[in-house]
Amino acid sequence: MKIAVIVKRVPDTASVIKIGPDNKSVETDGLKFVLSPYDEHAVEQAVQLAEKGECEVVVVSAGGEECKETMRMALAMGADSGVLVKDDAITKATGKGVAICLAGALKDMGVDLIFAGKQAVDDDGSQVAERVAELLNISHASVINGFILGEGKVEVVREIEGGSYNMEIPLPALFTAQKGLNTPRYPKLPNIMKAKKKEIKELSLADIGVSEADITSGLEVTSMEYPRERSGGRVLEGDTPARVAELVNILKEDEKVIYTQRA
Amino acid sequence: MSILVILEQRGELRSCALEAASAAAALGKKAGLDVNAVLVGRSLESQADKLAGFNIKKLFLYDDEKLENYSNDAYVGIVKELVGELSATVIIGSASFLGKELCASLAGRLACELAQDVIGLDWDGACVVKKPVFAGKAIQEIKLTDSLQMVSLRPNLFTVETDGDAKPEVETRSMPELSIRTVIKDIVRASEGKIDLSEARIVVSGGRGLGGPEPFAMLQELADQLGGAIGASRAAVDSGWIDHTNQVGQTGKVVTPDLYIACGISGAIQHLAGMRTSKIIVAINKDADAPIFKIADYGIVGDLFEVVPALKEELGKLAG
Ligand SMILES: Cc1cc2nc3c(=O)[nH]c(=O)nc-3n(C[C@H](O)[C@H](O)[C@H](O)COP(=O)(O)OP(=O)(O)OC[C@H]3O[C@@H](n4cnc5c(N)ncnc54)[C@H](O)[C@@H]3O)c2cc1C
Ligand SMILES: Nc1ncnc2c1ncn2[C@@H]1O[C@H](COP(=O)(O)O)[C@@H](O)[C@H]1O
Repeated sequence: MKIAVIVKRVPDTASVIKIGPDNKSVETDGLKFVLSPYDEHAVEQAVQLAEKGECEVVVVSAGGEECKETMRMALAMGADSGVLVKDDAITKATGKGVAICLAGALKDMGVDLIFAGKQAVDDDGSQVAERVAELLNISHASVINGFILGEGKVEVVREIEGGSYNMEIPLPALFTAQKGLNTPRYPKLPNIMKAKKKEIKELSLADIGVSEADITSGLEVTSMEYPRERSGGRVLEGDTPARVAELVNILKEDEKVIYTQRA
Repeated sequence: MSILVILEQRGELRSCALEAASAAAALGKKAGLDVNAVLVGRSLESQADKLAGFNIKKLFLYDDEKLENYSNDAYVGIVKELVGELSATVIIGSASFLGKELCASLAGRLACELAQDVIGLDWDGACVVKKPVFAGKAIQEIKLTDSLQMVSLRPNLFTVETDGDAKPEVETRSMPELSIRTVIKDIVRASEGKIDLSEARIVVSGGRGLGGPEPFAMLQELADQLGGAIGASRAAVDSGWIDHTNQVGQTGKVVTPDLYIACGISGAIQHLAGMRTSKIIVAINKDADAPIFKIADYGIVGDLFEVVPALKEELGKLAG
């Protein structure tokens, strides 16, 4: 069985985000890059399956040379090899274009299963994986918290607001990982060393039959801003009963954010 | 050229559906475009009454037993056909769990751009949206430049406003022939009556300061008094004190309640990313230097095991 995991390189979640002088993009100088956290869950799921049975796990990325660094993290977790669709044009592509590149690389790989993150924590685009499934015309389920492999099908638990769907899905299929799926491993040093020797194959746009025009963006980022600044407000003074009484009064009378009181 | 709004249901219209309808009406007015709506489900005729005052021209109601619950294959297939039939140019959905999946798949199938989870929707010859990135550490303004434009709206954020009481014309349709590959075996609902975190108007969150799983019961009582839901920091989730579905933050849920009460949470950058757009933030922490106080509107420096019970008592007085 062949499993692919699509993985993205993103700034560490602890990063302070600085908007660049063009007012449209983020300054990347000084940022530390990691494998997107949900993609770690995706890699973990694939590696766990490989540990249980005969599976080959391939990590696939689309972007520039720098992606290899994050792909190596997935290889250190236990993936066998990598495929990178490499072209400078991809760095300007939106989720739509990126999905075309990934699907282009995946279409002839003969994979039975594809895992992805539920969203990349940089653009929070929440769409690349589903688009890939559509382009490959395979079924999929997003935001899964549980996964059991069966014969030619899988059973998954898919999160929704206040509950979940238990679903059965035929293979080949694509799934996006939510946090509850598993606990990603920390790669051990020997595995990090081994990962350096694993193959990462490069594909050009031409190799996958995609032109730059195919992946041009149909949107324009016109500006970027910081969220409304929250300045620290008031620290309430006094003994606990007094402070609590004041707080409740403020929330009810001034801010009007307490509505329901159960008798 | 017209707008098509996708209405989400769970037996009845969800509040995010009304928010989407309202936002679509406002956009339609600005852009001079007609608004149509699509609702896929089972026995939902009565829901049309709730759609008065949104200037929806026509409601397309797809009604079938097999459509009762969300099925990606079926729902995407239906909406895709309808977009073509109506020559819709703007598609508006909800950025709920299922709404995001529907929009992403639909955008893949229609090969159009999609902005998910937008917090602002405007018109300047085309859709102009505000979209949080990096879990809200920055906000992009994006203009969708293709002829077909698609957005999903963050739930709980857009206000519902009606104008008059004109109801849409309803056209009920049966399910078209579609191949459905996935099977729903079972739908599990979290404890009945509990308010879901992502939809709650009030969230009471606990962190490592709780020291264990038991004090979450105390927070739950407070949340119940307020009609709110329980949230948590990753530290509390990773310690196994509470389920991960309660996690708020960059790798948890992004919540936008009217009131967020953080108890024993230090305010790490990843946590703030998930709750900083709350209307009012209250922090209870015994460390006066905790970063959470830098963004809290109201702070109480103190032991949560003293403050939370006092708060419950004070709220009890209101009820009495
Ligand atoms: C990739 C990645 C993703 C992450 N994503 C998230 C995320 O989505 N959400 C998230 O929350 N975190 C996330 N984190 C973790 C984050 O960095 C912090 O570690 C975490 O938020 C800390 O949780 P905490 O505030 O509960 O714990 P702490 O930082 O340990 O704070 C506990 C606080 O409780 C106070 N306290 C202790 N006892 C009491 C008492 N009796 N009364 C009152 N106050 C008391 C202390 O003063 C302290 O401020 C992520 C980290 C990484 C690396
Ligand atoms: N450039 C990329 N290369 C490989 N995988 C990607 C890329 N961008 C996104 N993905 C995958 O798609 C998921 C969702 O990304 P997004 O739609 O950007 O939120 C990510 O978690 C990855 O698994």
